[in-house]
Amino acid sequence: MPVVDIQKDTKALTMKVVAQFAAPVARVWAAYADPRQLERFWGPPQWPATFTRHDFTVGGRSEYYMTGPKGEKSAGYWEFLSIDEPHAFEVKDGFLGADGQADAKMPSMRMRFTFEPHDGGTRMTTVTHFPSLEALEQLLNMGMEEGLKAAMAQIDGVLAAS
Amino acid sequence: MVVGRQPSSHDLDQLFGALADATRRDILARVMDADASVSELAARYAMSFAAVQKHVAVLERARLVTKRKDGRAQRVAGNPDAVRKANRLLAQFEERWRTRVARLDALLATDHNAARGRPAADKQRRPACPSSTSRRTPRP
Repeated sequence: MPVVDIQKDTKALTMKVVAQFAAPVARVWAAYADPRQLERFWGPPQWPATFTRHDFTVGGRSEYYMTGPKGEKSAGYWEFLSIDEPHAFEVKDGFLGADGQADAKMPSMRMRFTFEPHDGGTRMTTVTHFPSLEALEQLLNMGMEEGLKAAMAQIDGVLAAS
Repeated sequence: MVVGRQPSSHDLDQLFGALADATRRDILARVMDADASVSELAARYAMSFAAVQKHVAVLERARLVTKRKDGRAQRVAGNPDAVRKANRLLAQFEERWRTRVARLDALLATDHNAARGRPAADKQRRPACPSSTSRRTPRP
């Protein structure tokens, strides 16, 4: 199992995910740096993500939308707060309004990714900070219980085939 | 929808306002473990009894804690429902991350499969998604 550990802090509203991959650090980093690769795993399978911009530089911005089973679209952005290639980066992840601007009425969360060589592969640690329970609720509502269930079934299929 | 019953926006404002303060989160963590009187709580912080009492009142209005009289003291207890709700939301988020990590793992595994000349196992590959930077090992 690639996920090694998940720690949730209900009171501080943070979640830490530790995962182990067989590939080297530079390869895992490349999966995040290349939008075509990133969109193959970022959105839930029934709500695939399409990155229309991926300016992977400090202060730079990425923009993406996720498309639901009925064609619904939900747009978001990343703002790169820090980058230490290939060890770590941190982004602010928020919603985009219909005008393509950051939606200030919607919550954003902060995500920090770190990549370390471990056991011949890569250990990835992500820590997500939610500003509030409401934010967490809205972020979850952005995607889709149905998509999630379908995702689980699809992943099983992918893993079984490999 | 994912989260079932939606609390009113007023409830939510109170809840998040209450949780937005580090002292209040700390008080909540303590009284979730064991009830405490306001004086016991006040002894733990470098602030006045009145200030701690105000923090407790904010938590109480958000229904994160309950207060009851115990003689002359007021006992403060955590409300597990609120914490359960946060737990439930985080569990959903956890599932999303598990899926994401599994898909990233499958994507990385396609390098390996391609290098061995086997078809890629990742069924999520999008058609017509040309990329100048993605590495595709040519098949023999």
